[in-house]
Amino acid sequence: MSLAEFATRRGLSQSAARPPLRQYIAQLWQRRHFVWTFASSKSISLYTTARLGQLWQVLTPLLNAAVYYLIFGVLLQMSRGIPDYIPFLVTGVFVFTFTQRSVNTGAKSVGDNLSLIRALHFPRASLPFAYVILELQQLMMSLIVLFAIVLAMGEPLTAHWLLLVPVILLQLAFNIGISLVVARLGAFARDITQLLPFMLRTWFYASGIIYSLAHVQNRFQDQPWLVKLLEFNPGYVYVELCRHALLAKYRNYVEDLHHPIGHLWWYALFWAVLMFVGGFLYFYRAEERYGRG
Amino acid sequence: MVDVKEKTESVPAEASPQIVIDPTREPIVVVDGLHVVYRIYGAGGDKGTAATALLRMVRRRNRPQMKTVHAIKGVSFVVYRGDAVGIIGSNGSGKSTLLRAIAGLLPPERGAVYTDGQPSLLGVNAALMRDLTGERNIVLGCLAQGLSLEETKAKYQEIVDFSGLKPEFIQLPMRTYSSGMGARLRFAIAAAKTHDVLLVDEALATGDARFKRKSKAKIEELRKDAGAVFLVAHNLEVIEETCNRVIWVEEGVMRMDGDPKTVIAAYTEATDK
Repeated sequence: MSLAEFATRRGLSQSAARPPLRQYIAQLWQRRHFVWTFASSKSISLYTTARLGQLWQVLTPLLNAAVYYLIFGVLLQMSRGIPDYIPFLVTGVFVFTFTQRSVNTGAKSVGDNLSLIRALHFPRASLPFAYVILELQQLMMSLIVLFAIVLAMGEPLTAHWLLLVPVILLQLAFNIGISLVVARLGAFARDITQLLPFMLRTWFYASGIIYSLAHVQNRFQDQPWLVKLLEFNPGYVYVELCRHALLAKYRNYVEDLHHPIGHLWWYALFWAVLMFVGGFLYFYRAEERYGRG
Repeated sequence: MVDVKEKTESVPAEASPQIVIDPTREPIVVVDGLHVVYRIYGAGGDKGTAATALLRMVRRRNRPQMKTVHAIKGVSFVVYRGDAVGIIGSNGSGKSTLLRAIAGLLPPERGAVYTDGQPSLLGVNAALMRDLTGERNIVLGCLAQGLSLEETKAKYQEIVDFSGLKPEFIQLPMRTYSSGMGARLRFAIAAAKTHDVLLVDEALATGDARFKRKSKAKIEELRKDAGAVFLVAHNLEVIEETCNRVIWVEEGVMRMDGDPKTVIAAYTEATDK
């Protein structure tokens, strides 16, 4: 008789084994307070030594917006007829930053917490979840700044703003999913964290943050597939839907260009479900190996 | 896979290379031919210039900056309910690694660890954040160990009292604590949870003499609740006092497994040379 047989016969189970999916989800749900507390603790400790403290949560997005406005609005004159270019740009930057930062921190979420993984039991997916929640908390701060800017630029407060809630929720699901994927990749191939900034910057420029896709599509009239492809890009989808929710002038401007956006909602849903479910399963399948590094 | 045979009169436990199982007792941890390999990044033996990195890529040497450390090399043993097992060995012999592998925190390269219930490490350091107040760290540490929000609230005052920290310090960031205060709070948080199989790594019982006594009593209390206890320590007296069995690990291999007196005597003899 082998030791393994002896152990199983006496009802012992393997200690480094991955729990069944259903049980794993239940464990993750049980840790939801940990995920939330971990996220807010991280965000508090981020600014604890700065003199202005938590004020940086608002100042950082504000300064970001100022830099982009200076470069793309003033120096490069990218507005090209887009009404209210500042709110257009700032909405794009803030909303895309949510995805961008989720990917960046998600990729490091396992590697940076190896000592935690090697000390305590918890579903490892808690970590990418926590980092995306942290980014969501930052986004909320950014949104307050954004609302102030948008209202200050004379945009009306309309019922359309409520559409922001489902868009952000779908984007949240998408971000969690993509962050789970890069978390697994980053856990076993650290090089990915060096490569990601370049990929993310490319993604940024392809997502219509500083220009309007509705505006430039005329330039690609002989390549309609390219416009279709750019439209399918999740980075663009969430940003564009947020703009349509917030900016009345931009909404009218795009309508005048005869550029429907109804299908973007389907894309948003598609990407959110695909990434969330796919990313979760992908991360889960390596659950027992994350401690090895 | 390690073959075992049942205990008979003629085979004394520690003399046999084979694992002998006692069918009358209830096993709680079975370690079967366990190998653990660590992967360490950034250990790079050669010069870390871009040119050498490129050369390595050209030569298709996989994962350039990675080194592997074979920390545990085929360890097998069976621990029964009620056992208190001391693990001894010199620095870097693989004691802590063995503990983490039993806890299921380090995946085995080969072999397996079977347990009844979830073994857990007494230690919460990694979950705490220096920049946060003691108060927030207590909540964070409890949640990280898997306590629910209600349990955390219920245990909060108990933890503060046990740590013996003055109320004004609880509101300060942990980075302002002295090392003794930090250790006391960490121990208090870690001890707030009950465990099926308790794994205690050394250096937990730090602090002043009074706190050492307190924490020793607390470990004793946790030990009574747990099904089995593993204790890693350099202090052989502590091991001899609290354990009914000692495993001696050296360079990732189990040198001896038996009653405390015999193993500690052999260990002292080997290290005094």
